[in-house]
Parts: sequence; structure tokens; C-alpha cells
Amino acid sequence: MGRKSVNFSIKEINTDLARFRDLNITIGAITREQWDEPMGPTPFPSLTTLRPWDQRLLKRYKPFYLPFCDLCCMCTYGKCDLTGSKKGACGISMSAQQSRTVLLSACIGAATHISHSRDLLTHLIAASGRDCPINVGGTGVEVEAPITRLVCGIKPITLGDLEPVLDYCENQVTQLLAVTHTGQEGNNLDFESKVFHAGMIDHVGMEVADIAQVSALGFPKADAEAPLVDLGLGTVDTKKPVILVIGHNVPPATEIIDYLKENDLFPEVEVTGICCTALDITRYSPKAKIVGPISWQLRYIRSGVPDVIVIDEQCIRTDTLFEAARINTPLIATSEKNCLGLPDLTHEPVESIISGFVTGTVPGALILDPEKVGEVAVRVAIAMAPQRKKHSALPTKHQLTEWAKKCTQCMLCRRACPNDLPVAQAIRLAASGNLSGLDELYDDCLGCGRCESACKQKIPVHSLIVTAADKKTREETFCLRSGRGAIQDTEIRKVGGPIVLGEIPGIVAFVGCANYPKGSREVAEMCMEFARRRYIVCTSGCSAMSAGMYRDEEGKTAYERYSGAFEAGGIVNVGSCVANAHIAGAAIKIASVFAKRPLRGNYEEIADYVYNRVGAVGVAWGAMSQKAAAIAAGFWRLGIPVVVGPHGTKYRRMLLGRADKEADWLVYDARTGEQVNGGPVPEHLFFAAETKEEAMVMIAKLTMRPNDTSKGRANKLANYIDLHKRLIGGIPPDVYRLVRTPADIPLTMKDEIQVHLAEHDWKEATIPDPTLLSRMVHSRKVA
Amino acid sequence: MPMNESWQTAEIPGPKKASLIMKPDIADAMIRRAKRPIMIVGHGIIEYDVEGRPLIDCLIDLSRKAKIPIVSSASTNKEFLAREFEPAAIMSAIDISYRLTDPEWKGLDGKESYDLAIFVGLPYSMEWTILSGLKHFAPGVKTMTFDCVYQPNASWSFPNSTIKDWAASLKGIVENLED
Ligand code: SF4
Ligand code: SF4
Ligand code: SF4
Repeated sequence: MGRKSVNFSIKEINTDLARFRDLNITIGAITREQWDEPMGPTPFPSLTTLRPWDQRLLKRYKPFYLPFCDLCCMCTYGKCDLTGSKKGACGISMSAQQSRTVLLSACIGAATHISHSRDLLTHLIAASGRDCPINVGGTGVEVEAPITRLVCGIKPITLGDLEPVLDYCENQVTQLLAVTHTGQEGNNLDFESKVFHAGMIDHVGMEVADIAQVSALGFPKADAEAPLVDLGLGTVDTKKPVILVIGHNVPPATEIIDYLKENDLFPEVEVTGICCTALDITRYSPKAKIVGPISWQLRYIRSGVPDVIVIDEQCIRTDTLFEAARINTPLIATSEKNCLGLPDLTHEPVESIISGFVTGTVPGALILDPEKVGEVAVRVAIAMAPQRKKHSALPTKHQLTEWAKKCTQCMLCRRACPNDLPVAQAIRLAASGNLSGLDELYDDCLGCGRCESACKQKIPVHSLIVTAADKKTREETFCLRSGRGAIQDTEIRKVGGPIVLGEIPGIVAFVGCANYPKGSREVAEMCMEFARRRYIVCTSGCSAMSAGMYRDEEGKTAYERYSGAFEAGGIVNVGSCVANAHIAGAAIKIASVFAKRPLRGNYEEIADYVYNRVGAVGVAWGAMSQKAAAIAAGFWRLGIPVVVGPHGTKYRRMLLGRADKEADWLVYDARTGEQVNGGPVPEHLFFAAETKEEAMVMIAKLTMRPNDTSKGRANKLANYIDLHKRLIGGIPPDVYRLVRTPADIPLTMKDEIQVHLAEHDWKEATIPDPTLLSRMVHSRKVA
Repeated sequence: MPMNESWQTAEIPGPKKASLIMKPDIADAMIRRAKRPIMIVGHGIIEYDVEGRPLIDCLIDLSRKAKIPIVSSASTNKEFLAREFEPAAIMSAIDISYRLTDPEWKGLDGKESYDLAIFVGLPYSMEWTILSGLKHFAPGVKTMTFDCVYQPNASWSFPNSTIKDWAASLKGIVENLED
């Protein structure tokens, strides 16, 4: 069957109720007989279709700009000094320039997911055909692609149906990127609206990638009991030949597994991974092992354990070839996007490639055929293992001390360290033979290597830390529940009511990279705390790994202690970065599957529902990448707030509400059409917390929604107040803004809260049926 | 180590950089000149001592003597409560700093805008970005940092200092204010 393309003619109609686009869509088999829901008002939205919705959100959540540079150097007019009220040669202001940078970042992120999605889909179609049915959860999942249905208004049935969805995404990202050209958009809030658009498009791209790979590669299908898989440096059997895969696009890694299975070699060879390819390879085979998040790259490679390194795309250290050469390990690059200057051996015979690697004449090669990569990687690992003898680039403890003695205490390492770790002090201790300081740094070290680049004495500082912590690395033997993919419609029906009413206090999703201020452990602790409090906890990407890298007092990891079901107290690993789409998808399905709001091409109404009723919060505690910026933006447009760690302030701006300004919090009461105060909930849309403690309290607060019933609000307040008392001290100062009626007050805290309310001259308010959209008012009183 | 280079070597902002507090008198003069100062205290203060006394005690003295309200961010509050000192507000650094960019905002007590914000104890890069936000978007607010490292985005900052020199300066500031 040939490739499908979208053909649609658009007649745009603006009515007083909605913008309506009369679309005539023909996309192969899509939608015609299979989906009888009428088309909503905004299928395939363009850059400005949802601008009015964005403007509503941005009126409430204004950017607080945190410029990371006073200058702009994006064209040859520059550098332009934009300090304060100065303008650039093109006329741009600092605020617009910051939002422009955010848009650029979101475009890079969205383009990256969409391009990954395209490569993956092309590969899967070549292997399984365009007619390969989309199946992400059998009969348990009727709404297989909630984001695609919502944004594009189509219901994909086969892999081929996803191609035109990506056509649309690619088109939009090109348009968005054009917006950032010099002398194009000039208004900061219009840039921001386009950031939201980039985020929404990014979510479509991620959804396509994950539902395609779940369908065609046999990953767990919305399975709450997906297997527990090994996680951590200490789980790797170093006696065997070891393959390391790094990146995000899984086909080369699945071909490795296939080759091992077909040749009965799996028991002989370890397949290990870092970053999202690691997560996805365990979805393909639970025997594969996850070493850790992206910050584990240097420490693992330098340990000398991998006998061959296979990289695909995204978040891979760009000096991997150099690091691989240090341990005599061949490197195979597999993506056109990441060639590293290597010779393209795609069309060379397998035997000659292997011989080049094994004799050391070729340190690395580009091989763009995943199947060939599968065979070459396995055979090279087996051939290299005996001759490499796990040649390590880490110093011995004796060498460590000798290195430490060369230190001049110039502090350049510390001044280069993103976490301002006391590196020089630890090295001074090490020079006298005491390695405890370096060992302590291991947990908080991001593995970035900046300290080494800075050191004029050429001391391999990061390696010193890893050697000092060798006991810890051996003890990294954790586990993680393999990524389950989508949330079942049946689960949504069960929890939809309790979430919307607030009886389940919220959904907290720990997502994104590992640029943590204080190591992985904080993510694990936060996950466990919220699961213990009966929130639904979701995890994905590097955060999913971090969540498993810690044991509680009974020696259990988060995934052993809590169920993998989308239920109160569950810890739900959806999978890799692209599986984040299922978290947004779950929120959308609460609106469509549970509340039966029309889904098809009906973005505004669904986002309005999610924003006002679904107490979901994203937490990207170590967000680092442009992809993370795009993912966050997709959540913002859906009205889901995102909390980041202190490094997140480098994303150039926050989106903050002002709880003290009552007029900012007006909502329509859908029952009466009156504008009433819905309360400052959720208070912020994008917020950077200084510490884990501050984050936890903020997360609990951000799950509140104007629609909470009194019982639900009391439950959310009880968690918020309890966390505040425990972690910050005392009753939160703003409880009076969050209590609407006496029934909102948590029973066990009644006396002290009543005192607090009296001190603040509190007055009872009504609980609205909240909406930001006048067209959602039931009676037509609104002008 | 150069006194007026960003402590994080790569975090170089641009043409407008903080003036150095080379002597306690400079900071004192700024504090005295300010009509409405405020101090924002992050969790990092817990790590430091000033000549044998915890830094937090020194800041409490300063707050009392110069009548500077303290906004305690995050978990720092517990340390204040343990000393029976009630900060003027518990607010995140992001929240309070955002309000400082609003010229209409009348402060925690609803009386008047602040004209001097003193920062201490936030993670270096977070304080850097927040001070950048204020440098560009709060023209009516001068900023000062009391950390022992240079913060280029403040209006005034200590230089990169040894703990000993920094502690002596900080002690000097508090003592001078008594006069
Ligand atoms: S894009 Fe505008 S602000 Fe930036 S360098 Fe060019 S003229 Fe200057
Ligand atoms: S940069 Fe090198 S010489 Fe300087 S303190 Fe660090 S380890 Fe020592
Ligand atoms: S490798 Fe670790 S110690 Fe070195 S600069 Fe990076 S985070 Fe700091």
C-alpha cells in the first residue's frame, strides 16, 4: 500500500462561539468509517488558531524573565546589548528576545522528537508495513492516540496513518522556526503563544513515536505489570562481552537483541544501555540492563566495561568517540543526525567492518543499517572482550592520590562545576590519602566533566571521583518497572471521578533529564513520598531511572514497593522521553473517556477541562534539554503546571501567577455565566524550586483546581499543609486563599486553620463550575 | 582568584556588572540610603559560619538592627523558627523576586515598594538568573548580595573572597549598623 498524505481544504469560519474550520480531509483509511464523532472546531491548528486560548493562560501566568545573557548575537548586526530597556538593532526588546530564545529551544526540542519519530516510523513501516495495526493496549485502550485525535482530529488505525500526522508536525515546526528569524515576530506574548504551539506539536510527535514502537515492536501494552528490569552499574556482569547502547532511537538496539536471540547468544552477552534507548530496549527485552541516566555516560565508559558502544541520537556526549578510544572500545554511530566525522561503512561487508574494528584500524564507524548494526555490534563485542580485558580509563587508588598531589588548589574545577561542588577541598583530602570527600561528591556529580576541562594540571577530576566511589558503583543494583506505555481507558474510568473531585489528590509526573542539583536520590524520595500520600505518580525518561535508584528502609525500590497501575499510590513508568505523551494523553482521556467531552479537533475545550479540573503537575527536577522545554510547553498549553529544579531558571523565564491579585483568577461559572473568583489555583504554570522541600510543597499546592469538591480540596489542603509543616515549618501563609467554604477545611486541622482564617479576615466563597471559555456556559447569559 | 569574575567561570552576563563591596562601609551606606530594604535568604546560608557564629545568627542581627524584613525561602524557614525568629514572609525566591519586578506592588506590608533587595544563600546559578531578572526588569530596585562570591548581575556584590575575609566584612557591616 502506498504512502498516505493529508489532503485537506480549509474554509475558515469565525462564529461568535468558536472558530470553525470546515475541513475536507482525506487520509487513506483514516477516520472515514471508523470514527463517527463530529469534527471539532480546530483540527490541524495553525500557528494562530489557538492563540486566544494561549492569551487566556498568559494573562494569568506572565513571564518572569531571567536572561542568561544581556546580549543577543543571532545576526551580524550583533552583538546587541539588550540590558534593561535597550533595544537591539532589529528593534527587539529583552523580553521579546527571551521569549524568542524559549521558542527556539522549544522548536529544537520539537524538531528532535519529530525527526526521531519520523526515522522510527520509516524503519517500522519498512519492517512491518504501512498496514501494521496500531495497538497500544488491546481492548483496554480504545482511544489509542488521544493527542493526535485531539490536535489533528483524526483517528489513526495503522502505521501508515501516522505519516501524514508527522507531515503536519514537520510543517508546523518549520513555520515556528521561521518565527525566530530576525525581524519577524516582535511581541513577547506572541512568541510565548508560539512556544505553546511548539509544545503541543511536540506532544503529537512524541505520541506518534511511542504508539508506533509499542505497536510494531511488541513493547508492553498499557501493562500495569510490565516486568521489573535491572538498573545500575552493579547489575552488569562484567565477565561477559558487554554492549552499550546510548540515545533514544531504539531500532539498532532491537536488532542487536534479535541477532543475539537468533544466534542463541543472549546468555553469553550483556546488553546495557544509558538514557532512553536503555528504557526502550528493556521494553523490547527485559533481559537488557539499564546502567543509568545520561549522567552515567562518562563513569560507565571510563570503567572500561563496554566492549562496543552503539550510539543513536540525542543527549549523547559528543566526545564519546574520544572516550571510547581511551578504553580501546569501538564506536558505532547509527544516525544520520550524529555522524561524528566517522567513515560511512553502511555498505561495506560485515566481515570487513568487524575486522577493521577488531584490528584497531577503525576506531569507529557510521553504519546506517540497523540490521547490520545488530550483527556487527554483537560480533565485535564478542571478539573485543578477550583482547580488551575491560581496559579501564579510571585511575587506581594509588594513581588517584598521585594525581591529587599535583593539585594547586586554584579552584577552577569548582568554578566550572554546575553544582558548585567542593571539588578542590575533596582533592586536598585525597592528596593525604583520605578519599571520603571525593566519595561524597559522587552522589551529587552530574558527570559533565567540566571540572576536568578547567583543570590546568590536567587532573582527571571526574575519574578521581568515580574511583573513590568504587564501592558505591558496585552497589548500584536497583530495578525499574519497564515502561508500560499508555494508560488504559478502564483505568481512566476508575480514577477519573476521584481525580476530578479531588479525592485522589493529584497526578504527579516526574519526567525529564538528570541535571539534578543534588543527585538522583531526591527524585526517588519525592516519588515515594507522593505515592505514600496516594497521589498517582508517573515517571518517564531519566527521571524514571532515578526514581528506582534508591532503596527505602526495607530495602525496596520505588518500583518494588508500589504498583505500576494508574491508581492512587501507583508509580507508573510510562517509558522513554517520547512516552511522556501518555501522561498528557491520560489527562486528555480523563476529559474525553471519563467526562465524555468531545475530543476530535477540540483542543480548547479539552484543555479548559484539564486546566480547571484535572490536578496534574509535571516535575522535571533535572530538566536540561531543549526537548524538555518542548515537553513542558506541551503541558502548559494543556493547562498543566510544571515544576523544575534550580537549574531550570536557565530556561530564560518562568510563567507565574499572582495569588495576591484577585482579578487575575476570575473564571466563568458555567452554570450561571457569571464571572467569579476561582481562586489562585493552580498558582503557577512554570516554577523553579530552590530545594526538594520547596518543590514538594509547591507540587502539593499546584494540584489544586477551581473545580475541586470540598472533600477533594480538604484532601489536597491536608497534604499541602502537612508537607509545609514538616518541610518548611508552620501553616502555609496562604491557606486562607485556598479555603473556599468551611467544608474545605481538613477535619484534623480544623482548629488551627480557623484561627488562621480569622487572622486573615477570610470570607466564604462559592465553588464554581469553572471554565475560561464563555462558550462553555450552559445558559447563554454571557454577552 | 580575580575578585570580579563570575564565580561560575562561564556565567558572564554582559556589559553591566555589579560594583564590588570592598569595604563594609559601602554596604552600610547603601543600606542606610535605602528607604525600603528587604533581604531574601536561601537555604545555602546554613553551610556558613561567620567567625564562629552561624551566618543565620548574623543575618538575624542585621535584620533587627537595620530593620530589614527577611523573606525566608524554602526550607530555610525552619532554621529561623528554631531561633524563635519569625521572618516577614515565607516565599520562594522566584515568587518574591517576581513581585519585585512589579512597580505597583506595595510590599509585604502593603505600604510601599522596596528599593533595595539583599540576596544571600541561594544556589549560585539560581541567584545569578534571578538577579539578572531584576537587573533588567526591576529598574527601581537595587540589589546587593552577601555571599562570599561575586554575583555580576547584582548592583553590588562581595568579591570572590576567602571565607575569612568575607566573614570579617559581614561582621563589619553588622557592627557598623549598630553605630
Ligand atoms: S537579532 Fe536583533 S538583537 Fe539579535 S543580534 Fe540581530 S539585530 Fe541584534
Ligand atoms: S582545577 Fe585542578 S589544580 Fe585547580 S583545584 Fe581543581 S583539581 Fe586542583
Ligand atoms: S563532573 Fe561532577 S564534579 Fe565535575 S564539574 Fe561536572 S558535576 Fe562537577
